[in-house]
Amino acid sequence: MSTASLVPLPIVLPLLGAAVTVVAGRWRAVQRAVSVTALAALVVISILLLVEAEREGHVVQVAGGWSAPLGIALVVDRLAGIMLVVSSVVLLVVMVYAIGQAGAERERIAFHPLYLVLATGVSASFITGDLFNLFVAFEMMLAASYVLITLGGRPDQVRSGMTYVVISLVASTLFISVLALLYAATGTVNMAELSIRLAEVDPGLKAAFSIMLLIVFGIKAGLFPLFFWLPDSYPTAPGPVTAIFAGLLTKVGVYAIIRTQLLLFDTPGWMGTTLLWVAGATMVVGVLGAIAQDDMKRILAFHIISQIGYMILGLGLLTVAGVAAAVFYVIHHIIVKTALFLVAGLVDRRAGTSRLSEMGGLVRTAPLIAALFAVPALSLAGLPPFSGFLAKFALVDAGLEVDRWAIVTASLAVGLFTLYSMTKIWAGVFWGERDTAPSREPMADGRLGSPLWMVVATATLVAGSIAFSVWAGPLHELSLRAAGDLLDPSVYVEAVLGVDR
Amino acid sequence: MSIVLALVTALLFACGSWLLMQRRLTRIIIGIGLLGHGANLLLITSGGPGGRPPLIGSDPVDTMSDPLPQALALTAIVITFGVTAFLLALGYRSWEITRDDAVENDIEDTMVARREADGPEGPVDDGEPTTSEIGEM
Repeated sequence: MSTASLVPLPIVLPLLGAAVTVVAGRWRAVQRAVSVTALAALVVISILLLVEAEREGHVVQVAGGWSAPLGIALVVDRLAGIMLVVSSVVLLVVMVYAIGQAGAERERIAFHPLYLVLATGVSASFITGDLFNLFVAFEMMLAASYVLITLGGRPDQVRSGMTYVVISLVASTLFISVLALLYAATGTVNMAELSIRLAEVDPGLKAAFSIMLLIVFGIKAGLFPLFFWLPDSYPTAPGPVTAIFAGLLTKVGVYAIIRTQLLLFDTPGWMGTTLLWVAGATMVVGVLGAIAQDDMKRILAFHIISQIGYMILGLGLLTVAGVAAAVFYVIHHIIVKTALFLVAGLVDRRAGTSRLSEMGGLVRTAPLIAALFAVPALSLAGLPPFSGFLAKFALVDAGLEVDRWAIVTASLAVGLFTLYSMTKIWAGVFWGERDTAPSREPMADGRLGSPLWMVVATATLVAGSIAFSVWAGPLHELSLRAAGDLLDPSVYVEAVLGVDR
Repeated sequence: MSIVLALVTALLFACGSWLLMQRRLTRIIIGIGLLGHGANLLLITSGGPGGRPPLIGSDPVDTMSDPLPQALALTAIVITFGVTAFLLALGYRSWEITRDDAVENDIEDTMVARREADGPEGPVDDGEPTTSEIGEM
């Protein structure tokens, strides 16, 4: 059996798991076993695929045995492989956390199937080589996320879920419209073939397409000025769900931006400059928004936005070093951001609130949580020797290489503000006395479920972010090779179409 | 034929966008529906003019219509249908909770704005903002 036949499995496995967990809705133990098995298998397959992609460059499987432009191509290149591995690990860890937590996972039958459908959508977005299939993958991911974000039906969830669903639907509608226009102009939705045919399209039209796609994915990624829905809707979801949304969903948008801009359009200089402006505005607005907040989860949600700016900054440089830094940053950020939200869940459970003005002194009562917060928080702010420092260093280095002084300065200033926000959380949550009574009582220990699994899951991710710094060298090499592939679309095109031509 | 479809698409997009800007939930949902139809129609028209059914051997190839956009539109319609159903359920739930059809402001934003107005030494928020504060248009 060749590795190429493994390519559909990241889509098939979680989807099968979702089906089984629907049938086994009554037995929570069976649901858990199936979910964890499916996600663990996903991790293994992703690693195998990444290894193969690293060796071959591209692993291509065309569904149904039709040759490339007719059949739907599934492609794993280095970038997709990296994303698959990181996302599957994070999905597994958060699932373990959710099982440990008293909450959505225990109370709702629908949690496991939805979570697995979400996993399917995420994996499918990474490996698809077809733009319409990307739309379907997004819809799968989003449909599951609509239900997960409103799971429980609390008033605040319904209100913010509404914003989330409507804005996502607008993005999807735009996506269909772009697809229709692209098809009318080129007669294909296969990304490799689009890449060839778009080269013959009028430059003005092409610019319009690339801007429209940037807007579609910018809404999902939370780019300035399309980010407004994000800090509003993410924090109301159940804890683990927020963590997975924060860690993965926006990054799927970033992935789609990187993929489409570099593969489909030959990204002229003005696009790079546009991306840099957008990146700068996203970074600054996100970090300033965070300063005004009082709720720990909302501070972190605003920081997602500002961090997205860094990734787009790397892309906007349009050099191998820049794109590699963006890929590198995405890996770091998925791990660290998810870890921070998992810690926020632990804090919430311990203190009974996530409002900074209502808690304090956790460093004495829960030193372990404090330690688990400190590592990813310092990493997010970009302090050495943590992963954030290395990721930002790579970005700054790439930026200075092409003399983009302004944006590099902005990114460093934003780093300082990030540190300020993290200090604010630290001071509010872990230092001082508890100033006012929490809005609800901390849960009595009998109802907590097993906090052990929550801590184990969080600690795994924190350890992951430390491992990232330790193996930063090889990872950066890998990112460089991934960026090299991305900036030379002909390799991708040949891998998908070349087989039969 | 094509110009009619183009006009209808434009009309659907215009009405949909206008409805989407409203504060009433039902209008937003209808707006989303119209926008979805507009996009699907655009997808259909992207296949070029109509033609004979695309069955191998039944007609010469150049008189056949392009089946791919139709397949794509079918997929998109199913997705729009499912999501609209969910949106309606969510809207109903929202109506059940608030007995009102309007989309509310973000509570946390309202609180941040109020803290700003009170100044840094102002009173600390101790509870939910009143409904008049969050329900105002």
